[in-house]
Amino acid sequence: MPIEILTDEPPLPPRATPLAALHERLGARMVPFAGWMLPVQYPAGIIAEHRHTRAAASLFDVSHMGQVTLAGPGAAAALQALTVGDITGLRPGRQRYTLLTNEAGGIIDDLMVARLGEALHLVVNAARTEADLGHLRGCLPDDVALTHHEDRALLALQGPRAAEALARIAPEAAQLRFMQVAEMTVAGAGLRVTRSGYTGEDGFELSVPHDAAERIAALLLDQPEVKPAGLGARDSLRLEAGLPLYGHDIDEITTPVEAGLTWTIGKQRRVAWDFPGSAAIRDQLDNGAPRLRVGLVVEGRSPARAGCVLVAADGTSAGTVTSGTFAPTREACIAMAYLRRDLAADGTEVFAMLRGKPVPARVVPLPFVPHRYPR
Amino acid sequence: MPETRFTTDHEWVRLDGATATVGITDHAQGQLGDIVFVELPQPGREVAAGEACAVVESVKAASDVFAPLAGRVTEMNAALADDPALANRAAEGEGWFFRMTVADPAAFETLLDATAYAKLTEEA
Repeated sequence: MPIEILTDEPPLPPRATPLAALHERLGARMVPFAGWMLPVQYPAGIIAEHRHTRAAASLFDVSHMGQVTLAGPGAAAALQALTVGDITGLRPGRQRYTLLTNEAGGIIDDLMVARLGEALHLVVNAARTEADLGHLRGCLPDDVALTHHEDRALLALQGPRAAEALARIAPEAAQLRFMQVAEMTVAGAGLRVTRSGYTGEDGFELSVPHDAAERIAALLLDQPEVKPAGLGARDSLRLEAGLPLYGHDIDEITTPVEAGLTWTIGKQRRVAWDFPGSAAIRDQLDNGAPRLRVGLVVEGRSPARAGCVLVAADGTSAGTVTSGTFAPTREACIAMAYLRRDLAADGTEVFAMLRGKPVPARVVPLPFVPHRYPR
Repeated sequence: MPETRFTTDHEWVRLDGATATVGITDHAQGQLGDIVFVELPQPGREVAAGEACAVVESVKAASDVFAPLAGRVTEMNAALADDPALANRAAEGEGWFFRMTVADPAAFETLLDATAYAKLTEEA
């Protein structure tokens, strides 16, 4: 019998981003995602949008992402206490990827943290925003003020020609180096810009006040290199780039070791072992995790998608696919999966059970497509 | 030109004598997005009306395709194996999925006509 979650509150209708009217004019197909209505694709289609991002530059509306500022002299120390990263060592003007962990070593969320002065600007997953806010509010000391910026949109400009396109309207932004952050005025609006993204390409994320979002997006779309791209292409791009998606490839019961994210654990943190879940994570580092996130190339043209069961050559249970698609750049079916540690080495063959039939799949190194971040 | 009829599951059927050609509608391909793989029923397979007998995979999702009428599959569209996107470009023509000999040609009349199908997709 299915378990029904009873609630007194009716489900909230999905929220519109400030670019809803623009998406409609562009012919987007809108879908509900993490409580928001977002474009899954425009008329060009997911594969064309994916390829255009790798060849030139695409504009994505990622306004569903949570934008949170922690301000006050104790902000860095307070966030450091909740994450695996060296947040106190993050210099002003720099950005870092980090993880909020729980006492069991599970990942509460993965997020970007950018430092400007003493303030930390966080970009968190849409579906985790409420959970993160509750967690942060419950842990922050009184001298750290938390602001949830529900009045700001987030635009991602991604691709090898993103910098030259952005340089025409925001020369200062195009001067940023990878994983740097700056605030600037563009077309009369106060923007916070980072050079980073979720595609494996060079690119930028622009935090924009709601009332300027459509104007800035239109300026970017006016650039000859830039076309709009939706959530569908964002997903296939991040998959090729080997970047995990929270709720699929990582969650509260996966640890940074299992997820292949031990590189996010700061050097000092590995000396002090003072982050939430450090005992469990240290044990996995010393003795090995039972399962590991891997990349798979699946034979044939039928994608192995999330939930697809994986079986070892000897017929034993091997693991589960957490996300998978047809990869336009690789022109092959790729997947991320958790596999038993003894099966996780590159080159190992396992079988994806697709509609009851075993289809060969091979473990390959991540990313599937090399990152092309600027140096 | 034989008449084309439709199912509520977004297949189209064109009947010529007792032979039906089956595919997915242009509306369906538009909803699915880029099609990357099509699995078709083998010739000789007996199918019941409404039986899942083909699978279409788009970048976004996998969807079943149902036999619109009972009968025996006689031919599958080999062109889709090499070029699944044909089902996007020419959904209701060259991108057909399979042909079948229908057990009861009169059952064709129970399917939606073009007007009824257009109404269905407008409401969706």
